[in-house]
Amino acid sequence: MYPTRLFPKLLLALALLLAALPGALAQDVEALVNALPDGSYSDREKVIFDLAATGDDRVAGLLNALGEGDLYVHEEDGRVVVGKRSGRDYALTDALTGEELGTAPSSALEKIRVNNRLRRAVRSAIGQLTLMSPSPPVRLRAASSLLRNADPDSLELLDTALAAETDPQVKKMMETARAAIIIKTDAGLEEKAAAINLLAARGDREALAMLTGALPSAAPELQPVIERGIAGIERKLALRDALQNVWYGLSLGSVLLLAAIGLAITFGAMGVINMAHGEIVMLGAYTTFAVQQVIRTSFPGLFDYSLAIALPLAFLVTALVGIAIERGIIRWLYGRPLETLLATWGLSLILQQTVRTIFGPNNREVGNPSWMSGAFDLAGLSITWNRLWIVVFALAVFAVLLAVLNRTPLGLQMRAVTQNRRMASSMGIRTPWVDAMTFGLGSGIAGMAGVALSQIDNVSPNLGQSYIIDSFMVVVFGGVGNLWGTLVGALTLGVANKFLEPYAGAVLAKIFILVFIILFIQRRPRGLFALKGRAVDA
Amino acid sequence: MSTTFTRRAILAAALAGSVSLSAGISYAQEEAIKVGVLHSLSGTMAISETTLKDTMLFLIDEQNKKGGLLGKKLEAVVVDPASDWPLFAEKARELIAVDEVAAVFGCWTSVSRKSVLPVFEELNSILFYPVQYEGEESQRNVFYTGAAPNQQAIPAVDYLMNEEGVERWVLAGTDYVYPRTTNKILEQYLMDKGVAAEDIMINYTPFSHSDWQTIVSDIKAFGSAGKKTAVVSTINGDANVPFYKELANQGIAAEDIPVVAFSVGEEELAGIDTEPLVGHLAAWNYFQSVETPENEEFIAKWREFIGDENRVTNDPMEAHVVGFNLWVQAVEKAGTTDTDAVLDAIIGLETPNLTGGTAKMLPNHHITKPVLIGEIQDDGQFEVVWETEEVVPGDAWSDFLPESKMIEADWTAPINCGNYNTETKSCGGAS
Repeated sequence: MYPTRLFPKLLLALALLLAALPGALAQDVEALVNALPDGSYSDREKVIFDLAATGDDRVAGLLNALGEGDLYVHEEDGRVVVGKRSGRDYALTDALTGEELGTAPSSALEKIRVNNRLRRAVRSAIGQLTLMSPSPPVRLRAASSLLRNADPDSLELLDTALAAETDPQVKKMMETARAAIIIKTDAGLEEKAAAINLLAARGDREALAMLTGALPSAAPELQPVIERGIAGIERKLALRDALQNVWYGLSLGSVLLLAAIGLAITFGAMGVINMAHGEIVMLGAYTTFAVQQVIRTSFPGLFDYSLAIALPLAFLVTALVGIAIERGIIRWLYGRPLETLLATWGLSLILQQTVRTIFGPNNREVGNPSWMSGAFDLAGLSITWNRLWIVVFALAVFAVLLAVLNRTPLGLQMRAVTQNRRMASSMGIRTPWVDAMTFGLGSGIAGMAGVALSQIDNVSPNLGQSYIIDSFMVVVFGGVGNLWGTLVGALTLGVANKFLEPYAGAVLAKIFILVFIILFIQRRPRGLFALKGRAVDA
Repeated sequence: MSTTFTRRAILAAALAGSVSLSAGISYAQEEAIKVGVLHSLSGTMAISETTLKDTMLFLIDEQNKKGGLLGKKLEAVVVDPASDWPLFAEKARELIAVDEVAAVFGCWTSVSRKSVLPVFEELNSILFYPVQYEGEESQRNVFYTGAAPNQQAIPAVDYLMNEEGVERWVLAGTDYVYPRTTNKILEQYLMDKGVAAEDIMINYTPFSHSDWQTIVSDIKAFGSAGKKTAVVSTINGDANVPFYKELANQGIAAEDIPVVAFSVGEEELAGIDTEPLVGHLAAWNYFQSVETPENEEFIAKWREFIGDENRVTNDPMEAHVVGFNLWVQAVEKAGTTDTDAVLDAIIGLETPNLTGGTAKMLPNHHITKPVLIGEIQDDGQFEVVWETEEVVPGDAWSDFLPESKMIEADWTAPINCGNYNTETKSCGGAS
């Protein structure tokens, strides 16, 4: 391609020659580094392993940078450098020595490409290099990457490391990695059987993958051992899957609950068919986006608190929008459900298009704060933090709302107006004011739901549309006007959906749920928990 | 790459809105050649199609700067079919019959294309369709400037098979015509390659599916059978963001189970933090990151036009660039915008694409394209890890499906047929 490319190729040839010599020289590493940018992925994979084999302690950092995609070739002198973005340019350091080399614009640098294959090679090479690291977490990571690759060549290294290991957790991981390697080698039958049992005792999907992979090529004597191991793991996994489904169901249920709980007030208690409910949820999500945008540009340190700041703001913004909608449109249409439906449907289109004009039609990026990213293991279940927080949040919102309805004067007036408007009015309650507040409360809660949903869904003008049907479904199923019904309804639908999904597929599961609700409503038109009130009388 | 929300962005949005409004009013100018733009500016598909509308305005603006076409100015007529499939047909009729446009550039989903086909046939006009699609179609009045399955799906599967050594396949898609047909072709192709039926898992989800927990954990389980597993994703539109978020949260790294997507481009990634997704793949015929002088010039001019220096470009945009240039050439060659003359003139014309190759209009109304496989980077861009050495000619009827392998499309004399059966030597498809 370019004349400069020829030079590293020569160096590669030289490097391979040198690598073949016993007691290779120190330049060896540099030559290999210069060979990294060129050649096919399989050539370069070999270079990575050669680099790891040199045992040079500068190599781990270099490979790390390669894996992260931070390694560049300086186009002027063909030097391999680590580039970190700083402003518009890249701050450069020498790939091996770490010497600072000033900055360069991206046009002067050519990135050293890595694909998954090279990243795997880097991972396993780093695993080998850091197995003796003084820090236990680094060793643990190294051992687990050896486990994933299970390369027989690293057995010797692993044995040495195992002998010196003191940390029990790391030791266990190393033993598992060793077992995974042993079943691939031509070790004795007994040793292999022990390795199989060790893997079977681990009892997770990774172990299952290794045993299933080893089954076809195993010696006939070992096959029953492996099969027993697989059966054992599968039994454990079946139980775990059931638990997992319950968790997924609860998590889906909590999302449904969040989406529906505002509607439980506006539709449930007030009897307003609010088709713009989804768009109010969307406004809440966009409030989160706006808050994060301000934080990103002005106060980057506060990012982890962005949701805490967005919550009250979203409540305020959407409650005000809700009150405006009630005062401006809905109050003129009480008692005329069809007109309310059409007016709010139109309103939902207006809100969508307004947001589209202001923020653009594309998805907006709402980041997850660090405490909402990733997953943790609980008794073998992998539970993602964002889902857990959403379950917690949904229940908290539910509890607060319940308290507001049952323990505050506003709640008392709301219930009074819902149950008998004329009587409440005669008792001196300003029913129009209560109507506006109720609608504002329901909208505000929908806005808070939007903050939570922005963490798991697209923040786009269409966000609300996908929730509106589900929300009505939950409220109608649970019983119009009853908060507990909404809670039970949402969780029931979530769990039922998640148990159907593995068997019927996502599309059919949704259809089954709809059919079920239709049949259920035939039997109990008022839903799970019926309530007497204006909605019933109307 | 995060698109920063600035005052300029609002201004640009407002500006774009007003441009489309004023362009929507058709001036009674005798001297202008009208070009129809049929992309949804509201509703579900606005997320993808709005950019294409802007691309067309940009291309027409550029052409006018060069002196227009046949000595006349070009004028865009923009309509909004609002992601409503029957409305596409109505709006297409309006563009052709009322506004008398010379050609229409538009549609995104296959269902919208299918809905306008009869209109273009009846009123004999021209449609340029810029999106990758499922194939099994070639219509006299339509030019398919996006990829056919052999220009996207098949090479991607080959790459995974050869470079990554994948033996077990998850075909996950949104439940509509494009994923279903593509997966049918892929399933047959994999079976022909000797992949066993139990090593293929097919899964469909509704549009805008947002709860991916079960499916992602199913994929994880499917991937733990001791064989290298990959996901081929024809998941479309909105559903992708929660899908990728769930993948990242459940810790599925690209090194273990790579996902290759056919509908995820730079625009879609703009809404996600791509740090945990590095290494997942996409197959397209164009990436913004491709370093060619043509592409750099295009990106610079596009950003200047749109007034946003972070705006991304994507594959369907390039398809519009190629389609528009081919149409301009054909009109110049024919000396008229008359449909039949342009249909004749355009076959065999060539224009440089943005990735350093040449796009040629083939007799089956598809074009030649390079196939690029890119890996997602942490800045929301793709890096090409593999590409075909030559451009690949688009094949309208898949050679891997038994019911369509004997069918060819050829819109030149003497065949002049979109579904010519090479066995019975007659026009009219399989039966």
